[in-house]
Amino acid sequence: MSPLQLCLILSSLLFCIGLVAVMSRGNAILVLLGVELMLNAANINFIAFWRYGPHPEAGTGIIFVLFSIAAAAAEAAVGFALVIAIYRHQQNIRLQEANRLKG
Amino acid sequence: MNAPGTDYYLERAPLVLRDAIVQWSPVPAQWLVHQLITIVAILAVFGTFFAFTTIAERKLLGRLQNRLGPNRSGLPWWKKGPKLWGLTQPFADAVKTLTKEDIVPAAADKLLHFLAPVLVVTFSLLTFAVLPFGRNLIPVDLDAALLYFFAAGAATELAIFMAGWASRNKYSLLAAMRALAQVISYELPLLLSVVPVVLIAGTLSTQDIVLHQGHWTFGFLPHWFVFTPWGAAGFVIFLVSALAESNRSPFDLPEAESELIAGHLTEYSGFKYALFFMSEYFGLTALSGLGVTLFLGGWQAPCPFLQFIPSYLWFMFKLVGMLVFFIWVRGTLLRLRIDQLTRLSWQFLVPLALINLGNAAFWALTAGWTGPLQLVRWGVSLAIIVVPFVLIGRRLSGTRAPRIYRYAAS
Amino acid sequence: MTLALFILALLILGSAAVAMALRNLIYSALLLIGSWAGIAAFYLWAGAEFVAFAQVLIYVGAISMVVLFAVLLTKQGHAPEPVEFTSLSRFITGLIAGGGVAGVLLGAILGMPLDVRTAQAAPSLTVKELGARLMGPHTASLLVIGLLLTVALLGAVLLASDKRPDQPEDAP
Repeated sequence: MSPLQLCLILSSLLFCIGLVAVMSRGNAILVLLGVELMLNAANINFIAFWRYGPHPEAGTGIIFVLFSIAAAAAEAAVGFALVIAIYRHQQNIRLQEANRLKG
Repeated sequence: MNAPGTDYYLERAPLVLRDAIVQWSPVPAQWLVHQLITIVAILAVFGTFFAFTTIAERKLLGRLQNRLGPNRSGLPWWKKGPKLWGLTQPFADAVKTLTKEDIVPAAADKLLHFLAPVLVVTFSLLTFAVLPFGRNLIPVDLDAALLYFFAAGAATELAIFMAGWASRNKYSLLAAMRALAQVISYELPLLLSVVPVVLIAGTLSTQDIVLHQGHWTFGFLPHWFVFTPWGAAGFVIFLVSALAESNRSPFDLPEAESELIAGHLTEYSGFKYALFFMSEYFGLTALSGLGVTLFLGGWQAPCPFLQFIPSYLWFMFKLVGMLVFFIWVRGTLLRLRIDQLTRLSWQFLVPLALINLGNAAFWALTAGWTGPLQLVRWGVSLAIIVVPFVLIGRRLSGTRAPRIYRYAAS
Repeated sequence: MTLALFILALLILGSAAVAMALRNLIYSALLLIGSWAGIAAFYLWAGAEFVAFAQVLIYVGAISMVVLFAVLLTKQGHAPEPVEFTSLSRFITGLIAGGGVAGVLLGAILGMPLDVRTAQAAPSLTVKELGARLMGPHTASLLVIGLLLTVALLGAVLLASDKRPDQPEDAP
């Protein structure tokens, strides 16, 4: 198994851990942390392909990861601000109860 | 670079010593010995530096407050021996902190309570790895050295939070959040004041930035960045942010005794408290070292004929100068409240730092102006930074009554 | 080489898995921060130093603060109300779905013939070249991300602010 495949397996497993957390935990903060994990897994994928793929001197993998980290930071900021706003309304952050727009 | 340069024997003495020890050790371990010597040298030099900074601070503060500092700790086994002006005080303090009882609150989170001081010292020490102490004395020559420095510094905030939360003490937690708010607020002006230096020098590597400041006009005026308009403004913003980043007066709200006792350090005693104290001083020394590197010319001598003094001694002189300045500021200025702190950072320093960035860009674009145009360049550059400073300052203090200073009748 | 990768993978996956399964939110956050630091070490192993330092600076230095502040401001930090899984059936469904995705991805990775020269020397991109790329071919993305970050900052401040009328200014 080449190192590239090992890196890809690492990123896939990390992605699936994040996915399971998002689907099964009901706490808004943990769901957002799961989303961050998924974004990190995608970044690992990019760096693995930059390292072992053709034309690493073009730096496309690195640049994409930089933008991905920046976008993840922006999304984390807004997401956690939303969590605080939800907490102000319903005094807890259980996602099951944040269904006022439903139906 | 004129002679004496890289071949001067005092310059090369530390390297020769290190190579001699490396050659003397067995071949398989040579890489390890090489790195260990660097690490041990940094720990020894800056550990002693920390010890003497504490005594220098106490004595200087004493003098500023019209009293003598600690002057009673002499040599240990002599009852009536010479007191050595109290210079062995740090060693007495070390013995005290090591032998104090280590109290951990019963409800505290033991693992995090233990980890917090360890982490904070580790990350503070990691920042020393990219400071160029001399012409050939940089522990790790990274391409993205500045980014590494700020990354290692950013991780110390985490340990502050851990200390505050693990103590299971409402007031510690509150103080930890306030300390975090302070550190985060001042990271932005710190980074923004460093960006103009990167812009002009064109590199993130600290060694290259020092080399960039190595020229002299008319043979005696150094090209240090602090002697340019944008550099002076950047240096001032850097100084203020460095004071706030290391929780130092006038920004020492997190650990002021009249506030929440010792803030996030309330539940720490003995050696753990000493570790937090050490990390604060290490952080201050590292930030001073960075300020010296970026703005004061690093290990460069001020005049070409003073180059016979080795570069690492110049670095030490400038570092000591900055630390004395910080101690002076501590003894002089009043402590700020948390809302005054954050307002200073977000509403005053950040806009000024951004304007300074534009200033540096103007400076870089007009590098070709010579002769009388140089005066125009300096004038416009100074105007770009001084006019917003005055305007923003007036606007922010516009709603307050003018200050009235009342002095004690002498 | 691969031994370092195995140790890093164990650290990253282990911390992430335990972080997602714990009931104490602060422990989850701190373990996840450890996982992010492990990912930064992975980037260093792969030769992308700039990204590694950026990862530490942004994730460990900033996003961790956002997470911890959110946990503390929503009072999830204290033991009395442990954070539980919503229900067992949800957890099983999540595991099955996650396992399915993992299976598909692993099958694709292991079955795909990747043209890889493992004896490649680690590429190194200097910061100067990275800057040239960012300001040259990728300038548009740089401007867009700047705009995105500004809008996100403003939005987060607006969402989380308390909307109380301004208090009269205190003494300076």
